[in-house]
Amino acid sequence: MDTVANTAEAYAPAACRDNDVILDCRVDNIYYGDFLAVRDSRVPICRNEITGFIGPSGCGKSTVLRSINRMNDLIRSFRFEGSVHYHGIDMYGPKVDPVVVRRHIGMVFQQPNPFALSIFENVAFGLRLNRFKGNMMEKVEKALRGAALWDEVKDILKRSGLSLSGGQQQRLCIARAIATEPSVLLMDEPCSALDPIATRQIEELMVRLKEKYTLVIVTHNMQQALRVADQTAFFSVDISQGGRTGHLVEMGPTRRLFDDPQETLTREYLQGEFS
Amino acid sequence: MTARQVDNELRKPSFEKNPYERRALQSYVLSTLTVGMAILACFPLFSVILMLLYRGGQRLALTVFYSLPPTAFEDGGGFGNAILGTLFMVGLAGLISIPFGILAAIFLAELGPHRKLSQAARFCAKTLTGLPSILAGVFAYASVVLVMGHYSAWAGGIALSLLMIPIVMLTAEEAIKMVPRGMKEAAYGMGCTPAQAMMKVSLPVAMPGIITGVFLAVARAAGETAPLLFTALFSDYWLEVNQPTASLAVLIYNYSGSPFANLIELAWSASLVLVLLVLVLNIASRLIGQRNK
Ligand SMILES: Nc1ncnc2c1ncn2[C@@H]1O[C@H](COP(=O)(O)OP(=O)(O)OP(=O)(O)O)[C@@H](O)[C@H]1O
Ligand SMILES: [Mg+2]
Repeated sequence: MDTVANTAEAYAPAACRDNDVILDCRVDNIYYGDFLAVRDSRVPICRNEITGFIGPSGCGKSTVLRSINRMNDLIRSFRFEGSVHYHGIDMYGPKVDPVVVRRHIGMVFQQPNPFALSIFENVAFGLRLNRFKGNMMEKVEKALRGAALWDEVKDILKRSGLSLSGGQQQRLCIARAIATEPSVLLMDEPCSALDPIATRQIEELMVRLKEKYTLVIVTHNMQQALRVADQTAFFSVDISQGGRTGHLVEMGPTRRLFDDPQETLTREYLQGEFS
Repeated sequence: MTARQVDNELRKPSFEKNPYERRALQSYVLSTLTVGMAILACFPLFSVILMLLYRGGQRLALTVFYSLPPTAFEDGGGFGNAILGTLFMVGLAGLISIPFGILAAIFLAELGPHRKLSQAARFCAKTLTGLPSILAGVFAYASVVLVMGHYSAWAGGIALSLLMIPIVMLTAEEAIKMVPRGMKEAAYGMGCTPAQAMMKVSLPVAMPGIITGVFLAVARAAGETAPLLFTALFSDYWLEVNQPTASLAVLIYNYSGSPFANLIELAWSASLVLVLLVLVLNIASRLIGQRNK
């Protein structure tokens, strides 16, 4: 526990100032059909930091995360009330095309999901999509190096991305996501399908990535949140009014949230997790 | 022994197989029955092939592939025009049904799987796969032959396409649905439009399955007689697309009933060629389906 805390100390942030907020996510209500999944949550995301979402299962972490780059628009019953301001523009504004939003805000999923293409083509995918005309090889190498995968795959770039191990596949997905240099990267439990060694590699990678990108990760692993997240948002679900509506309970610098939670809900949850 | 020890002794389970137990006998009888039925199912195909090899192989020489059919009392001859006719009409049917079927499948699988229109289209396609093939012929007769005023290869191809469309459509739909959800999500996550996600990610993955369906449909169309009787009829001359057109299936049908030994022999050879064609297509479809697993 001590060493973990020390690691977290090393990455501990100065509190995020308002003008560093790159993404301001304000949820009034998120519905799936008639079901109110998340209510009243404001989650500011700071530039070049890692923001962690934690909370019990079903509290809406994925829902909020996927609302940020409008992935949830693919679900027909989904309805978002609120705003997500990115560079001062509301991503839910009437003229905004969700396809373009997703090109700027990248996503890495819980299950590694490379395309059935070669390793090279997986990474080049987004570049081709954006009609990139320059030196493809250079960009692909840069992305693979960025995802700490280059040394393992530099000789087998033509092999199928599906032939890699789970951890390698996940790093390939990260390479694919950062190849187009999005400024924000969303990750939904990126390590939950991986073993501890692969998890460590991805975590180290995330800490390095935040120099250039802004990361938002959902995790069920409190140690992981402590190890990598600068800010942590704790969501919970209240079952008092009959529904199961999730909401943000509190958010703050990771160490402060873990050491000195302001809300009883947070304290109880963390005590349960660490006992 | 204490009461407890006795109890343990009694409860100790046996893991040995007892072949005379009712359960074991039942299982034995049933599995023998399934093996027997599986062998029986292969029997017709093998006996047909053996028979064809025996009866049709005798006349099978290179000349039959490039000669025209003989007249009743002539010797020799072949069915080059029928092979050409079958290839043309099946090819035409493929050109119609493959894009038609795949586009419809994309709608069914991806764009509106739960819409009323999809459900209706799916129901129609399923019904159409069970449609007696002669009705496809009657339909093409009424809508093409009567309108054009004569039998033609076009009408034959259109009649065959009616049989191929539902097969291509339903197998392609299944193949597209089998594409892992995660891959589609990744495509959208990268900023693909629905069309791009389909073209760049889903279709390539689904392609082996789609090709399997296309081969099956082609194999079925190549062997159909009834739809062609009403639409392409038959011809003793080389292919002219606006005229009645010969096909292997109709040639077999016509010649096998004739009283002339030479024609009957040709019918056997044509049957062999047709079955081999269908067999090759089926095997090809299986190989393509497996290679990409
Ligand atoms: N596609 C959907 N349709 C309807 N309801 C959904 C859908 N996705 C999620 N929900 C509901 O929304 C609520 C929040 O789900 P969400 O997946 O965001 O939770 P989560 O915090 O990510 O949980 P977990 O930690 O288990 O991943 C849940 O009650 C869930 O049942
Ligand atoms: Mg989740």
